[in-house]
Amino acid sequence: MSSSDAVLAMENVSKKFRRGEIYDSLRDLIPALVKGVGKRRAADALGAKEFWALDDVSFEVRRGEAFGIVGSNGAGKSTILKLLSGIMRPTRGSITVRGKLSALIEVGAGFHPDLTGRENIFLNGAILGMSREEIRRKFDEIVDFGGLRDFIDTPVKRYSSGMYARLGFSVAAHVEPDLLIVDEVLSVGDYLFQQKCIDRMTSILKSGTTVLFVSHNLHAVTELCQRSLLLEKGRLLACGPTDEVIRQYIGRAQDQRSGETTRIEIRDVALRNAAGESAKFEPSEKMYVDVAIAARQACADVSIVLQIVDDNFYPIFDTCTARLNSGNSAALGTGEQLECTFELDMHLGAGTYHVNVYAHEYTVDRPFATWRSAASFFVGETRLVKGRANLYPRMPRCQLVTAPTHGATPNEGQTRLASPLVAPRG
Amino acid sequence: MNPNVPISALARPAEAVVGAGGVSRAPLPAVTRLTGSMADWLREIVARRDLLILLAWREIKVKYKQSVMGFLWAILMPALIVSAGVVVKFAFATVAGKPLDNNDVVSVAVRSVPWAFFVASIRFASTSLVSNANLVTKIYMPRVLFPIASVLSQLLDLAVATVVLALFLIVTGAHLHVQMLWLPLLLVILVLLVTGLAIFLSAAALFFRDVKYIVEVVITFAIFFTPVFYEVSMLGKWARFLLLNPVAPLLEGISAAVLGRPMPLVGWVAYSAVASVVIFVGSLFFFRRFEPYFAEAV
Repeated sequence: MSSSDAVLAMENVSKKFRRGEIYDSLRDLIPALVKGVGKRRAADALGAKEFWALDDVSFEVRRGEAFGIVGSNGAGKSTILKLLSGIMRPTRGSITVRGKLSALIEVGAGFHPDLTGRENIFLNGAILGMSREEIRRKFDEIVDFGGLRDFIDTPVKRYSSGMYARLGFSVAAHVEPDLLIVDEVLSVGDYLFQQKCIDRMTSILKSGTTVLFVSHNLHAVTELCQRSLLLEKGRLLACGPTDEVIRQYIGRAQDQRSGETTRIEIRDVALRNAAGESAKFEPSEKMYVDVAIAARQACADVSIVLQIVDDNFYPIFDTCTARLNSGNSAALGTGEQLECTFELDMHLGAGTYHVNVYAHEYTVDRPFATWRSAASFFVGETRLVKGRANLYPRMPRCQLVTAPTHGATPNEGQTRLASPLVAPRG
Repeated sequence: MNPNVPISALARPAEAVVGAGGVSRAPLPAVTRLTGSMADWLREIVARRDLLILLAWREIKVKYKQSVMGFLWAILMPALIVSAGVVVKFAFATVAGKPLDNNDVVSVAVRSVPWAFFVASIRFASTSLVSNANLVTKIYMPRVLFPIASVLSQLLDLAVATVVLALFLIVTGAHLHVQMLWLPLLLVILVLLVTGLAIFLSAAALFFRDVKYIVEVVITFAIFFTPVFYEVSMLGKWARFLLLNPVAPLLEGISAAVLGRPMPLVGWVAYSAVASVVIFVGSLFFFRRFEPYFAEAV
């Protein structure tokens, strides 16, 4: 499966970890050694406290490609990065890495608090694989990038945590590797600095560097990476075009359901569009959400709250049955089921969203049952808009205004568009 | 990531992707980390010598930062050991009823300085991996650079102390001898031995914290089993047991070379040299063998 332009390949890689304490002192080791004599386990057998952090993972990344890794916490993303960067060795399988690899995993690791910013730039640069000559050449660029010129001769222990992280990112961003691993590090610093980081990343990408991008921000992965892989509990579930991988990921997104002991239970939440598609929606189409709740005991004043959150779980929309039903909540008898369908217009920008459902006791504002991430969906890309909301822009006028010259009428040079760029909805 | 940042800024232009596959570029070399041969391993260490120097420089810098005496400590520490040795010597001489010989003082001084280097190197180097745990678990680099850098930083102290000692000897009327040509060789053997032990102990301390305490105890009492404040000839037929300690023949040799006496115990020095090479090479193999487990063991 290995092709010639693969700069990175993992073949049947597995990594075993151990839960609990390992022998940390001789007192623990000696009895263990005595017990272990003659009982050498095969490499692929699991001991009592062992588990596979990665289980038979194979993939390859081509040169110049941006490749994403997605998965929930504990799926094995960091383990893959540590194996690739050579910090750990796989229990089984082989890894091929071609070219200089650099990892933006922990910015500022290796800073010494007693050393000044200047001294730490040289030290950290060398740790990340730059030669002293290279650091000297890029020194001014690094300092200006972090915006820390006034504090460059101050020990970093006097830095604020933001300054510390900025210095760390500045150094790391100036290593010129053939293969760059980025692990959730773009969230450093204030808004302006983040913009700077993103510009820097763009130029690194344009220079043809291969990038391995690990993020919980699915939107970022979709934008950045052509291909991705999905991990779950150490196993590779999917590897291919990012859109498909992410669709599979959100399809499997772990539900957080509670309310098993309350009077009301949320039975079912399902999304669909007019054609029956359940995960991907196009801007301007309608989404139907079917919710079913059941009462274990009789309840008055029940309403269903529907909330939509973005990929960072920030609420962007909510509604509820009582509000839609002019303030009237429902009353359920024991064993009765309430089914309702919400009809929503997809005025959202491209990205991933999750649906939370709450069964509420409306009078006391207390939830009976909650189901977070009951369903997830994503809204497809359009060329025309970016961002959370889709305001369906049109452009009725696009006028080139030249300097007023003698005899020219203001209307001259105006371009009338033959048709609106986006058809008005309706 | 901040949701406000327009991620679209990150989107790659399509031509960059096409260009990457279409333009033929020189193939990149395969990188072998943790999997290559011993030669690959050594080659990478040599390639990262800039980092080695910066790590050593960091230790020196950090050691003397925020201390009032600063760099004077490099002189003061061996001076204190020399003074202690002179006191011990004086006590010996008083008990034996002999006057304190000038050569005795010189002998103690030239033994104390390399001994101080030995002790400090082992002490700092054996914890060098544990105290850099955040780097060991987060960033890849040849980890053997840490103990080597510790030894390297102590070498600077040794150099400073040696210069001060030389001035002291000149003031007390010492002369240059042909025998002093032995000194570079003896020092190289000592550095090799220290580096070997440092590499072994740093890796062992990562797996077992006990090593740190064992090292503390051993180097505290080692001064009794090493001819620093006395000479092996004082022990008569028991001398050979003392000389099994590979540091002993080296200190004896250094003392003899400075005092211009003919090199005693050439056979024992050869033994030290062989032991040092064996320890050094053995430590490298040991370190390389267990390096893949460092990140999990810390």
